[in-house]
Formats: sequence, structure tokens, C-alpha cells
Amino acid sequence: MHPFTLSKAIDPASAISAAQDPHLAFIAGGTDLIGLMKDRAALPERLLDINGLPGMDQIEPTPDGGLRIGALARMSDVAANIEVRRRFPVIAESLLFAASGQLRNMASMGGNIMQRTRCPYFRDEDGLPCNKRQPGSGCSARYGLNRTQAIFGWSDDCVATHPSDVAVAFAALDANVIVQGSAGERSIPFTDFHRLPGNTPERDNVLERGDLIVAIEVPGRIEGRASHYLKVRDRQSYEFALVSAAAALAIDRGRIMSVRLALGGVAHKPWRLPAAEGRLRGLLLDEVGPLRVAIATSFTDARPLAHNGFKVELAQRVVLRALQIAGARA
Amino acid sequence: MQVSVTVNGSVRTLEVEPRMTLLDALRDKLALTGPKKSCDRGECGACTVHIEGRRVLSCMTLAVMHDGQRITTIEGLEQHGDLHPIQQAFIEYDGFQCGFCTSGQIMSAAAMIEEAKAGWPSAATTDVSQSFTVSDLSDVEIRERLSGNLCRCACYPNIVEAVAYAARRS
Repeated sequence: MHPFTLSKAIDPASAISAAQDPHLAFIAGGTDLIGLMKDRAALPERLLDINGLPGMDQIEPTPDGGLRIGALARMSDVAANIEVRRRFPVIAESLLFAASGQLRNMASMGGNIMQRTRCPYFRDEDGLPCNKRQPGSGCSARYGLNRTQAIFGWSDDCVATHPSDVAVAFAALDANVIVQGSAGERSIPFTDFHRLPGNTPERDNVLERGDLIVAIEVPGRIEGRASHYLKVRDRQSYEFALVSAAAALAIDRGRIMSVRLALGGVAHKPWRLPAAEGRLRGLLLDEVGPLRVAIATSFTDARPLAHNGFKVELAQRVVLRALQIAGARA
Repeated sequence: MQVSVTVNGSVRTLEVEPRMTLLDALRDKLALTGPKKSCDRGECGACTVHIEGRRVLSCMTLAVMHDGQRITTIEGLEQHGDLHPIQQAFIEYDGFQCGFCTSGQIMSAAAMIEEAKAGWPSAATTDVSQSFTVSDLSDVEIRERLSGNLCRCACYPNIVEAVAYAARRS
């Protein structure tokens, strides 16, 4: 790794102030940042260790039946928390289907949603063209090997996908990212937190310089209990998603009353399916034909690349199965 | 920077650059070569150690971030000359071939059994909203929970048998 200095944050205000420095990066679990530094895809001159910031690792039920998950809570602690498991199985499952036991013990929730794409060109040690890594250098994946890349929302400048699993669950549940910055605290709807690449793919999300994620808040949801995270990948465990789906629904006598759906592995951000959610309402959960038709309405704007056409069909099947498993929990 | 850590029961004070990983500090500064440097990217699990009793990858964290913490490596797993039950089980069930991944496998398995005892579910758990006990630790559960430790000799069947045996006796 390149040389850098490291200091420890005392309180959020001084951390936010220190982070006005463009060459400073926060470090919590470090499981993504250290890999990026080893691959020279991140070269911060100064690290600020935020692990000592008080109270930011708590997981607290909120009065409306939701949860406030501190940004420094570790993935494994969130996944093991009984309130998380009972109220929102989709959150616990999405965490458990990610990484390995060791990494989940290290990785923070804030860092999880900040992790950068696993596009192999972005992490290439020899520095192949990548607009995310070196703006203006080009996208090697657009006409290169793009089996694992996006089918929705990509641009000619970037076809990368976001790798987080739990972000897909948070998007489906309309969670909020609680951020402290130089202008105070604000709440960012989860579906607005990550960006589409456009012509500035170097920006993964809408955070501004100095911003510190302090928590993720999940509102109370009637659909939370009947929820499921389904992940399809090249090997059964310890692998990033080819396609994944978070489904949460409310059912009355076998009929879908409301449903929330988001996909992972298909876009630069967790991909909500508003068209399908609208069309699924009122359908019977055991009538597979109409369910398939309703789900397909969210795929008319899919734009597969040369090597990932399979994702269009696979994603629809993954959504259907996630719905059925979630529905069986209602 | 100076960092003081308790490694296998002894307080050790080290002078390290901020960029030195915990793995490199253990191996190069403390001559503890049980944790192995294999992928150095958090993909293989050969560098697994315990920090405050939790299994972590020592290649993916910086030594200076662990001042004042308690670290256990494979060298410190035995107690008073007695092998840890997982170590004994690996011998009895022949849970290794070349041995390179073994220290990571054993450190990971020892902490994994504690996680199961604490009621942690896994991706192999059918219903995460229900409580989990160590008696639910099936072979499928063990394989899932140890998927972060790769064995290129593919000794997985014997590793799973060894861990299942140790879990039953724990």
C-alpha cells in the first residue's frame, strides 16, 4: 500500500470538519477501503478512524415499529439482532448472504452502502481504462467482458453495478440514510442515495464532501415480516450477486394487498420495480401466470449488454420466487 | 505509530507504519507465522485471527486500529499445553492435506461455534426469525458458515466432519 497517515476521530463535528480535506477518507471496518488501496483504486493521503465515535453502533427499535441502525454497527451484529430478524427478515437475510463470517464481523453498515463496484476493470491493478477510477479514460466493460454488469440505467461511460446486498433490502423498504454534514443533519431517501452513472460515474452516491453517515432508519412496515432476500450467484456462498431480489408484501386471503420489490446486480444502484409493484396489487399469490405478466412490466426498458442478456429472464424468475417465499411467511 | 496489543495473553508494544496490516505486523514484527498471507484481499480466510474473541481477516485491517485490543492467533489457541477441541478434531478427522489453510480454518471454526452458541443464524437457516441453537448446526450450516475459508486441496468433507464433531462436544 501507498504511505498515508492515520488519526482517530473524537466526535462527529471534528470528523466532518477534517473531511473537508479532499485527500482524507473515513475508515471504519476497512474491508472495502483496504482492498481498494491495495489495488490502487483509492489513494487517500490521510485516514480518519471513526470507530471510536460514541453511540454509532447501536441498533434501536423506533416507536413506529421500524429500526434505527447505527452506521458503525457491524453486519454480523445487525444480522443476529432478534428485532431485525423478526421485523425485517429481508434485512437479516441480505446481510447473511453477503461476504463471509469474518468480513461480516468487521464491515460496518455505513461502509457497506459506501462499498464500490466489483467491476473487474475498476479494480484492475494495471489500470485499464475505467471512468469510475480515472474519469475520462473510457469504459473497458462497455464493449469488453460485461456478463456481470448492468441491464438497467447504464450509460456509455459506465455499465457497473452496485455490489451491496443490504442496500437492495433498504431500497425495497424505503429506508433513509441519516447523514451529518457541515450544514447539520439530513435524511436522504435510500432510493435517492445511490446515483445512476450518467457522465459522472466516479460519483457513486449523492454525499457531499465532509458528509458522515450516522445511521440508516427503516420505517415500520406492515410488509416487513413477510419479506425475503433471494440471491443468485456463480457459487452458492461467499460471492457477489449475478441477480438478487428483495421482496416484502402484505397479503389478505392469498391476495397481494401491497408489495415492495428491489433488484440487485442489475444497475448502478438498487433497482426498484414501481411498475410491477402497481400491477401485482390485487393478484392472487398462487396464480403464477398473471404474476409473471405483472413482473414483466418492469422489464420493458431493460437494455442488456453483449454478455448479460440472461439477466433479463433470470431477474424476473428471481422476483417471482422471492415473492412466493415472502408470501409464504405472511 | 506505536500500538500496544495483547497477543495470545502477552502485552506487546510495536512501532508500525499506519499502512501495515495486522497480518504483516503479526508475521513480520511478532514472528507469529500461523496466520498465513495467501490472497491478501479478504478472499481466502487463511489469515483468520480473533480480535476480542471475534473471527476477522487480519489482512484486511490495519495494525494501528487495534490499540488496546486482545488478539488470538492459532499459536495461542491451546490452553496449558492442551490442544483446543477443534485442533484435536482436525487431527482425529484428518481435516487437512497440505496444511496451508488449516490455521485459518481452525480459527474460523472455533469462533463460528461460539457464534452458533450465541444464536446467530446463517444464510443456510430456513427461518431467521426463529431462535438458533448449536444443535441446529447441520453439515449444510457448517459449510455455509465456513465458506470464507478456502481449501485448495478440497479437504472440505473431513473439515466439516471435524467441526461437526467438535460442535457436538462443545
